[in-house]
Amino acid sequence: MMLEVHGLEAFYCEQQALFGVGFDLDKGQVRTLLGANGAGKTTVLRALCGMIRTGGDIRFEGKRITGWATEDIVRLGVAHVPEGRGTFLRVTVEENLQLGAVTRRDRVGIAADIEQIYHHFPRLKERRTQQAGLLSGGEQQMLAVGRALMLRPCLMLLDEPSFGLAPLIVEELFAILRQVNRDTGVAMLIVEQNAALALELAEHAYLLETGRIVMDGPSEAIGADEGVRRAYLGY
Amino acid sequence: MQLLLQQVMAGLANGAIYAGMALAVVMIFLAIDHLNFAQGEMATFSAYVAWQLLAWGAPYWVAFVVVVILSFIGGVAIERVLFKPLHHASILANLVAFIALFSILNSADGYLWDYTIKTFPSPFGTKPLFGSVLIDAHEAGMIVVTAVLLGLLYLFFRGTRLGLAMRAAAANPESARLVGIRVGWMTALGWGIAAAIGAVAGMLIAPVVFLDPNMMFGVLLYGFAGAVLGGLTSPGGAVLGGFAVGIIENLAGTFIPYFGRDLKLTIALLVIVAVLMVRPAGIFGRSVVSRV
Repeated sequence: MMLEVHGLEAFYCEQQALFGVGFDLDKGQVRTLLGANGAGKTTVLRALCGMIRTGGDIRFEGKRITGWATEDIVRLGVAHVPEGRGTFLRVTVEENLQLGAVTRRDRVGIAADIEQIYHHFPRLKERRTQQAGLLSGGEQQMLAVGRALMLRPCLMLLDEPSFGLAPLIVEELFAILRQVNRDTGVAMLIVEQNAALALELAEHAYLLETGRIVMDGPSEAIGADEGVRRAYLGY
Repeated sequence: MQLLLQQVMAGLANGAIYAGMALAVVMIFLAIDHLNFAQGEMATFSAYVAWQLLAWGAPYWVAFVVVVILSFIGGVAIERVLFKPLHHASILANLVAFIALFSILNSADGYLWDYTIKTFPSPFGTKPLFGSVLIDAHEAGMIVVTAVLLGLLYLFFRGTRLGLAMRAAAANPESARLVGIRVGWMTALGWGIAAAIGAVAGMLIAPVVFLDPNMMFGVLLYGFAGAVLGGLTSPGGAVLGGFAVGIIENLAGTFIPYFGRDLKLTIALLVIVAVLMVRPAGIFGRSVVSRV
């Protein structure tokens, strides 16, 4: 297993937000964490990246990374597309992409990867010399995904990639995510409020309620579950 | 007219030093959100080290380069030892640390090199530049050296990956960590560069104001005024603000009868108060909006 999580706990100051969460993810897999607002989905991603105080056992490629500094976890090949997109607003689109590859040394490979990302997201190419803060929400989300890909990650953590985007843009973005997963074999853990969309992309889903995993299974099974359908799919 | 031009040129020369100090203050401010009150004392200490090297017989430019390098290392060390542990501490804790650094360095100057005022050589001499009545060679040298330094810094921050990473770390530390930037080390690097800039400013101004432990006190106030005028969040603005303060100070000291030489420092404070009243973010700065 590439990523194994057992008994994960996380804390905001003294407030415990996760209570013994466990799941795993192997190379090339796409899995999703579903749950209502405040269930702890974002917290799981933040805990995996060492962005908050964390207990329990997180293993990546067999190494125990609980308590590691964020930048060291990232350097193992874990790319996090954060809530709010994390755009570097005052530098250009292209500099944002270069920042995604800031830990890499291969100049030629970096240039090639930037071209590859422009191929996926032609709109970013049109705006390569513009300040990233001037991009629309959808373009910033594409930039965030592009920046994460520049790391050449083995694992991508995506936090609500559909948030605030027009339906057409969302479809485009998810199609690209699917293609990237197929082409590069990068594993993805996706947190989504749009459960239908996430279940379509992921092969396996976990349902999170108040900091605990209450259900998991193949996407079709979760999607077919009466309770999940009513609560999260809305029909 | 000639007097005016003379004063503008002299103002530019002093302004170059203020611009350097303003830039040093802004670099640290952008990285850790605190004003480094000890920036001037760090620069004075650097100037003393340079004086010592020169007294031991080192050629001027050798001493200059060695001091810049040592100051860089010293700046990094100060961040690692003193301010890294205070990263999450309150603003008052940081303030106390700055005051401590200020008085430690100030006292160390006096302890190591005593309190007598020392002359400091200029590599450019003090003769008029090419027989000009407008500017002397050292003033011209101050402007040129500062311009070269600013140019190099511009190239570093705009043209290199490390410079880009430093800008990213200062603007958005959380995102910077998520692309693998070691934000703590970027802060330390910022301290190193700020200390090196201060060292250059200290060595350039020492021939003018003479070397003593309190040499940079007034200079740093002008630097603060320049940084506030241009905007504490804008390195370029701070540099322009520093030059502007230099010119304002000289013109006001010459042409406004009551100021004269004695009240010149007041101008720095007037500039700070006026800017804070009219445009608190400075001319080129951004006002910071924070969610509560």
